[in-house]
Amino acid sequence: MAQREEWGTRVGFILAAVGSAIGLGNIWRFPYMAYENGGGAFLIPYFFAMLTAGIPIIILEFGLGHKHRGSAPLTFAKVSKNWEWIGWWQTFVAFVISVYYVAVIGWALNYVFLAFGQGWGENPGDFFFGSFLQLTDSPMKFGGIRWPIFATTLAVWVINWAVLFSGVKKGIEKANKIFMPVLFVLILIMIGRAVTLPNAADGLQWLFRPDFSAIMDYKVWTAAYGQIFFTLSVAFAIMITYSSYLPSRSDINNNGFITVFVNCGFSMLAGIMVFGVLGYMAAQQGVGVDEVVGSGVGLAFATIPKAINLLPASTLFGVLFFLALFCAGLSSMISLSEACCSALMDKYGWSRKFTTSAYAIVGGLISIVFVTRGGLLVLDIVDHFINNFGIVFTGLVEVIVLAWLFKTDTIRQHVNKLSDFTIGSWWLFCLKVITPIVLGYMAIMNLIGDIKEAYGGYPGSALALYGWGVVIGIVVLSFILQATKTASVETK
Amino acid sequence: MTTGSIILMIIGLTVTWGGAAICISLAMRKRDI
Repeated sequence: MAQREEWGTRVGFILAAVGSAIGLGNIWRFPYMAYENGGGAFLIPYFFAMLTAGIPIIILEFGLGHKHRGSAPLTFAKVSKNWEWIGWWQTFVAFVISVYYVAVIGWALNYVFLAFGQGWGENPGDFFFGSFLQLTDSPMKFGGIRWPIFATTLAVWVINWAVLFSGVKKGIEKANKIFMPVLFVLILIMIGRAVTLPNAADGLQWLFRPDFSAIMDYKVWTAAYGQIFFTLSVAFAIMITYSSYLPSRSDINNNGFITVFVNCGFSMLAGIMVFGVLGYMAAQQGVGVDEVVGSGVGLAFATIPKAINLLPASTLFGVLFFLALFCAGLSSMISLSEACCSALMDKYGWSRKFTTSAYAIVGGLISIVFVTRGGLLVLDIVDHFINNFGIVFTGLVEVIVLAWLFKTDTIRQHVNKLSDFTIGSWWLFCLKVITPIVLGYMAIMNLIGDIKEAYGGYPGSALALYGWGVVIGIVVLSFILQATKTASVETK
Repeated sequence: MTTGSIILMIIGLTVTWGGAAICISLAMRKRDI
């Protein structure tokens, strides 16, 4: 069996792990979550969640991948032959996310060019949904391909393929050594601009105003755990795969802490940048910050462009902002794809060149759905279901299976033997008790919410096909793959 | 910005970037990064 690829340097691994964790959500989700859930007071449950769920889970995944030296399916198969399907389930979650995430990165790349001369015009919201996406009125109506989006999405696929094709050290590590420093420089320049704008402090006041009554609300705690869980790229096969490429003598605990701290620190910086700009924008329009604030696609492609229109030297800020979105998205896209390719290489013994090329072709063909005129509506449904029933449920199953049915203490002994500082029994307590309770609660509430009310008012057929169909389909496929013959898996 | 907001912003940045700095300096002391 061929020798497993390895990272060239420790910093290369950390940048790749941080690059995977830092994604579009750090820029467009965290600031709004903090604003909505107690402002500055949100930091208390957020940091509590970081210490009791984020750090324990990431050390668990780093430790598992490093100890068993395999992609997620191979790692779970080595833990127990009956659990290989959990690894495939996580891998399919990564695959589904990658095929629609690539379209969003394609939008960001389009907007880098549109930022020259503010091609989104006076009303960026209308431009985005109308002229740019040319959105249909139903997710069942594709309405033809939007060729400008197709072109940039294809470009993203080609870059992604070239990085993966070049291997762990020469491709993924090198790419992240470029993208991550560039991303941090971009965000620091934008913060420098944002906080020196008139009324930026008003925006920051809205973000950090402490509403301590909020921390008595259990929903705020659930939101904090959800934010930590989604932001760290855990439970979708990536961190297990990335850590499997670490050399045998690697400090797992410290790497885990650095990844989590840098990721959460980046979210703080993104929040300062976004709310600084929103404060300025609100003052320019003579309205309150609460009237312009938002999250997700609407924030990035409608609100921020509107704010950019009002800025002095708006072209520069626009280019920097969408370039930052592009870098953050692409480094995450690379990690999602690598998790899938690595799983296939381990299972079937295929070469990296063949696997990455086949992945790009198959993934590229599927992602055409998301560059059609109805693409955003399909994306919205798939994203909702894969987050609420893919990631949350795979995470829940992972912690229950590993913390309760497997001798997790062997992982603790493994990582402690290698690390500068050790982790105590608090780590096991967090994994056995705190994380399953919070994730279990989130899973049940998500299920009740979607059974009670059809998501987004979409037709039942669309929710059945793109929502329930996808999340149930990937579980079935995971069992099928577990049952198929293995070329190269060496299970204990 | 009120004093409370400023303090919380500083706490947020200190916990995350301060934590990262301590961990990175630990790794650098071992010349392992």
